[in-house]
Amino acid sequence: MNWDYMLFGIVPYIFVAIAVVGTIWRYTTNRYTWSSLSSEFLENKVLFFGSFPWHFGIILILIAHIIILFIPSALLAWNAVPARLYILEVAGLILGFLALVGLILFIYRRLTDSRVRAQTSSWDVLVLIVLLIQVVTGLANAIMYKWGSNWMAGSASPWFLSLWTLDPQVDYIANLPLVTKIHIFNAFVFILLIPFTRFVHFLAFWNPLTYMTRPYQIQRHYDRNAKTENIRQYK
Amino acid sequence: MDVRAQLSMSFSLDKCIGCHTCSVSCKNVWTTRQGAEYMWWNNVETKPGCGYPLAWEDQDRYKGGWELTSSGSLRLKLLKGPGKLRTLANIFFQPNLPTIDDYYEPFTFDYDNLFNAPAGDDQPTARPKSLLTGEFMDKIVLGPNWDDDFGGSPLYATNDPNLKGLSDSQKLCLTQFHKLFYFYFPRICNHCGNPGCVASCPSGAIYKRGEDGIVLIDQDTCRAWRFCVSACPYKKPYFNWNNGKSEKCIFCYPRLETGQANACAHACTGRIRYVGVILYDADRIEETAKQPDDRLVEAMRDLILDPNDPAVIAGARANGLEDNWILAAQESPQYNLFKKWRIALPHHPEFRTVPMNYYIPPLSPILHQAKGDQGGTYDPENMEFFTDVELMRIPTKFLANILSAGNESVVIEALKKQMAVRMYIRQQRVGDLGDAKVQSALREVGLSEQDAVDINRLLALATFNERFVIPETHRESKTTVDPRTMYEKRGSVGFGVKKKEFLGRSW
Repeated sequence: MNWDYMLFGIVPYIFVAIAVVGTIWRYTTNRYTWSSLSSEFLENKVLFFGSFPWHFGIILILIAHIIILFIPSALLAWNAVPARLYILEVAGLILGFLALVGLILFIYRRLTDSRVRAQTSSWDVLVLIVLLIQVVTGLANAIMYKWGSNWMAGSASPWFLSLWTLDPQVDYIANLPLVTKIHIFNAFVFILLIPFTRFVHFLAFWNPLTYMTRPYQIQRHYDRNAKTENIRQYK
Repeated sequence: MDVRAQLSMSFSLDKCIGCHTCSVSCKNVWTTRQGAEYMWWNNVETKPGCGYPLAWEDQDRYKGGWELTSSGSLRLKLLKGPGKLRTLANIFFQPNLPTIDDYYEPFTFDYDNLFNAPAGDDQPTARPKSLLTGEFMDKIVLGPNWDDDFGGSPLYATNDPNLKGLSDSQKLCLTQFHKLFYFYFPRICNHCGNPGCVASCPSGAIYKRGEDGIVLIDQDTCRAWRFCVSACPYKKPYFNWNNGKSEKCIFCYPRLETGQANACAHACTGRIRYVGVILYDADRIEETAKQPDDRLVEAMRDLILDPNDPAVIAGARANGLEDNWILAAQESPQYNLFKKWRIALPHHPEFRTVPMNYYIPPLSPILHQAKGDQGGTYDPENMEFFTDVELMRIPTKFLANILSAGNESVVIEALKKQMAVRMYIRQQRVGDLGDAKVQSALREVGLSEQDAVDINRLLALATFNERFVIPETHRESKTTVDPRTMYEKRGSVGFGVKKKEFLGRSW
């Protein structure tokens, strides 16, 4: 039993388990508090320049991470041509910096706008710290240790996949640099925080997707056997 | 035909004295919580004026309500261009969302200082304190009725978005002391037939209740996307900045379900409000909302069904309406005001949300212009008491911009009917107008003498039970809540109508 096994072989299970149980617990007992706690209503000028870069940057980066972690072979096939590798790395770097700019603006307005500051809880501070660590270590990885998408597919991916088989192969990532290890561990801290913070808002990501296909108008009946169909679909 | 019932409210603007008793009773009952201080589910505005939030009727700025596309279909103004895809594009930041500065920064006063200030040479003062930040404010710059009574203000009155189409001389009157006019305009949620808030909600949290047409926000499902605030042209859903949920007027449904009047209506000292059931044809809502501007009011009247028609009654029964609801619809003041007598009009029908609350346009001041050289007084020797409605001080075009999408004829009809009723009653009480004149006035607007008596009764004399015809809802027989738990659920029904059972108990 060494530290690596502790942090990357056992703690991920604990954190994810807490996150799953916590999410179910909050959803079933306290759905009223399930909200993004948007503060656009209080301050919308800095938020505009923060929210767009942050969300688009971080979502695309997150999708790329998920693809690499789950299907490393696809990534290696893509990167087989050097030009494609460069495109991927540069695009990732740009998106990462977009996210960083957005995040810094988020932090700036939390600190400087008196209305938003008055609405800031300790959880919000924790959220921003965790996100800042994650983005900064991610960018540091990309800059200090070149071609991260390639070596990630050969180290983090196998370890990540081994987590799913309940047989964590910590050796794959044992020799990664400290910055990378912080990045990985912090990702699990982030997952841990999901049910307890405003992070819950991205578990509502399917809302706008279902909105695309649902009719405009909704009618509900309180009769136990009443028809609860939607009234009209406008084209 | 799909017969549905709608609880609806009418406001007699002639009688509104702008006392804000309705706003205060609503506030005391529903919105004295942190995050809700700035919300006024019921508010009273001075017209002409900018209203609350500032200039809310200017949809070029706020993008509320529906518009007809070039192909003739309905689209939320908010979703111009790609339609619903625009919701995805704006999901992280909403360009059309008003901020709290468009409403006002909620404040209290430092009352403690009045009691605890150390002895000194000056009287202690209670400085304003922000309820957002808890810090002292230098100056209060806006409030929910900030332009109250500022009918002649060159700042507020002349910036009213409803002044478009008025002649220059009419606009000039707005600020001239002897000629200016203003009236009060109480507003609650319109509980629309084609609500923009419901249509815009990505979570599907907002819904229209099938039984009584009340539009509610399911607080457990709301995820703070805030599209409802932008999409509602009346700006009646409000965002609670403290708990991150949208809230809106609930038509006091816990009171209505037990047959009591809404808090605002019950408290109204001017007795300007009427609450009742109307039956409407849900199949024709879309068709109604698509009518051209000058046809909108008539189309909305066509949407309302005659509660005495046997086919309508059969349709209502088939849709599960109970007998007390059908009876209430037959005795409804709403049906009479809006459909039978045609003296009530919808609020901004051009927003195409098919609003279900109606307003009786104000007749007074019945004088066109008081003579300035007589000190602004009315001279009974030289002028007739009842002037022509087109010559009255409030331009009919201005009323038409508010109440009928610019169609002056329906406004003039409503005003002439009220005028004819006044003349009829005056002839009965004072007898100085002459029967022939009164009869021709009634004939011109198509009212019988009985109608005039009934209108006068409802507008001027009606008792509590005539103004509020509210059927009780039998929740014990129709509810998603287990009837065995009715006792423990009392007082909490409605916030989350469909609680799921989890681990053997309902949470």
